[in-house]
Amino acid sequence: MAATVKYDEVEVGQEIPAVEYQVRRVDLVMYAGASGDFNQIHWNERFARSVGLPDVIAHGMFTMAEGGRFVTDWAGDPAAVVDYGVRFSSMVVVPDDEQGATLVVSGLVEEKLEDKRVVVALTARSGDSRVLSKARATVQLS
Amino acid sequence: MALNRDFVGRAYPSPAPYEVSRVKIKEFAAAIGDDNPVYRDREAAVAAGHPDVVAPPTFPIVFTLAGASEALSDPEFGLNFAMVVHGEQRFSYQRPIYAGDQLVATATIAEIRSVGRNEFLTIRSDVATAAGEPVCTTYQVLVERGGAA
Repeated sequence: MAATVKYDEVEVGQEIPAVEYQVRRVDLVMYAGASGDFNQIHWNERFARSVGLPDVIAHGMFTMAEGGRFVTDWAGDPAAVVDYGVRFSSMVVVPDDEQGATLVVSGLVEEKLEDKRVVVALTARSGDSRVLSKARATVQLS
Repeated sequence: MALNRDFVGRAYPSPAPYEVSRVKIKEFAAAIGDDNPVYRDREAAVAAGHPDVVAPPTFPIVFTLAGASEALSDPEFGLNFAMVVHGEQRFSYQRPIYAGDQLVATATIAEIRSVGRNEFLTIRSDVATAAGEPVCTTYQVLVERGGAA
């Protein structure tokens, strides 16, 4: 159990290249089932519009999970993520088509801590919107 | 209507330990589109040095909400669920979560503050094994729109 990224080879300011994640309606249905969050705004367009939303929107926790996936894929070990927090700053609108929405996640090594830990700042966008803010993960490197 | 501040500090333990299963971790990993074998295959997880399959970082959302729901649905608390949006979320780990863990989550109404017309409610969940070993702490900020008006 160890990250594949070595602390000594990481610099503050180092960028982690962006990765795109597709978010389709079926992904939200699967996430609702797996997480137990069945709020209709995440799968029922009729209901979403009735409460003033433009369309079905993704669970904030789904977006957060994709940000987590970005970090665990970079670190090479899911158990290396010792802290992960976000603020949900904008919604991800998911149209009912084959493409759905596209999430673009990128990262920046913001700080090197003691005990071979680093803080990674994440940026997550959907279209022109920044959908997460204050997104930070603390990762235990090797 | 403002939220009832008398609830700040109240703690709600989960009624029974949550048993983390390989099947649930696999289902959650599939739902977030992550095909990392350490979430899905015990042999792969063991080969990577883990005792069993590992839970993804945001997995505790599956079981940490049950305790708080008792407080949040209490009419005395004054929360209008229809106006609630998820504001912030954080997971802070003392150790990774693995299949086979028996976890108890204790949800505490940690803070309530008004920002403009909105109420910001922070729920902290302290997650430990049934034997008492600390595993992780989660923080959830819910925003009740118009709740402070």
